[in-house]
Amino acid sequence: MAALDSQTYMFTDKGRFGMIALGTGVLFTLLTIVGAFVDTHTFFASWLTSFAFWTTIVLGALFFVMLQHATGAVWSVVTRRAAEALSLAIPLLLLCFVPLLFGLHDLFHWTHEEEVATDHLLAWKSPYLNTAGFIIRGLLYFAAWILFAWLLHRRSVAQDADGDPKHTIALRKLSAGGIFVFAFTITFAAFDWLMSLEPHWYSTIFGVYVFVGGFLTAMCLLVIIFLMLRGQGMLADVITLDHYHDFGRLLFAFTVFWAYIGGSQYYLIWYANIPEETMWYLARWDDGWNHVSLALIFLHFVVPFLTLTFYRVKRNLTILRIIAILLIVMHFVDMFWLVMPTFGPGIHFSWMHVSSLLGIGGLVLWMFWNRFTAYRAVPASDPKLADSIAHRV
Amino acid sequence: MNTHALFAAFENPATLIEAARRTREAGYRNFDCYSPFPIHGMDDAMGEKRSPVGYIVGGMALLGAAIGFSLQTWVATSAYPLVISGKPFFSWQAFIIITFALFVLFGAFAAVFGMFRLNRLPRLHHPLFHSGLLAKASDDGFLLGIEAQDSLFDEEKTRDFLVSIGGTNIELVRGE
Repeated sequence: MAALDSQTYMFTDKGRFGMIALGTGVLFTLLTIVGAFVDTHTFFASWLTSFAFWTTIVLGALFFVMLQHATGAVWSVVTRRAAEALSLAIPLLLLCFVPLLFGLHDLFHWTHEEEVATDHLLAWKSPYLNTAGFIIRGLLYFAAWILFAWLLHRRSVAQDADGDPKHTIALRKLSAGGIFVFAFTITFAAFDWLMSLEPHWYSTIFGVYVFVGGFLTAMCLLVIIFLMLRGQGMLADVITLDHYHDFGRLLFAFTVFWAYIGGSQYYLIWYANIPEETMWYLARWDDGWNHVSLALIFLHFVVPFLTLTFYRVKRNLTILRIIAILLIVMHFVDMFWLVMPTFGPGIHFSWMHVSSLLGIGGLVLWMFWNRFTAYRAVPASDPKLADSIAHRV
Repeated sequence: MNTHALFAAFENPATLIEAARRTREAGYRNFDCYSPFPIHGMDDAMGEKRSPVGYIVGGMALLGAAIGFSLQTWVATSAYPLVISGKPFFSWQAFIIITFALFVLFGAFAAVFGMFRLNRLPRLHHPLFHSGLLAKASDDGFLLGIEAQDSLFDEEKTRDFLVSIGGTNIELVRGE
């Protein structure tokens, strides 16, 4: 069991969590790679699903850090170090991105040059949708995210050492620029990796949809992590009920925002009724997909909305934990719903979805735990720390 | 003129919170605190329950949604059915946006008017306006007033009580 010094916030014992995560990650990644030789096509589809799931979460954590800096938030200072550590898993996701490059032909219709040549719309899009562009853009997105995650963490840790308020100001400026870069990179990453699975279809709001799901799920994961630490007696008097209450409010707000964006995308396409747009939703309604679509509406929005509406629920850690787990599961369903209808009619849920989810997830959580336990668990010398601990709703 | 309340001034938000706590513990119920800005923890110190305004908003918002949805259903399917871009008369998808808008509209109105109702606003005059001390509550004053309608209220004893919890500038406010 891990332990934390309540004065310095340094870990005195890192516990077994990191080893369990690493073991799970390596085992299931290897298993999934075996699967790649058994059924290559299914491997790439499920790897993309899990890759999208974890990447959006880790990016959500990066955005969380930047948002708190840019707004000068006080309440969240105690939660920031965990979010920073989670965002430091981005380099690992760059590694997970590499296998996808071998599956571009399996995943993306627009890589089939002979078909693009006879398809006017795809030919017109080919200056953007081409293999070289896809790889270069992907590397640029990762470069930007790694850079910001690293810079934000480095300065935050530097403040632990000297307690100089100038770091707070520098972090705010860095985050303001970072959010600007983030908005573009995550939008185009969503276009490249998920939207271009169906290259005839496009939706300008798609990037926001993917971002919102990731940000929401990142906060759910942070809640789960803090509750896990609390269960082991760590940070229990630092991250208080009032901080969970604020997380509950943010989960409420962003589950509404998720539904709002998803709805906006749907209604416009429904109204216009243009064949190359509606087919995307048809593929997500026929052959049993309607159950998944309805499950998303009810379990990703209606149930959390109705539950989190109530004051007492947001302050009830048991219910909050259940809602957070539900939203994490539903984010995976959401990514599954974005990726899988492209690959033929019917729902093809494979064991490789589970193994890649656990494989990438184990590695990401190992990286998180490794970075989290290497530094102080809260920004100990942040000028706003005392106010953050004393935060009351 | 009737006695309305006894007012006392306190040094700062912390002493006002402490005074509120002790006033509640002394058994007073009809009292209020006045400060230039909201003080965190004051509701707890005064023993205030949560405002019921959230339930008013929730109920009215759902009512608004129901009205919005049923109005459109009635218009589109029976009162004035029109075929619009080949879609069915009962196209619930098209109704969602206005349903949502009325959900928000009714909720927002319920929040504003519910707040007014619960605060017994608007009213043009209040006995507190006779207080010389009250104006400071919008500047640098931290005030506590115990109202005469409280069952424990007694001009002498309450005055002594306010002094005992650290109140200064005790003021008796009269008026209708």
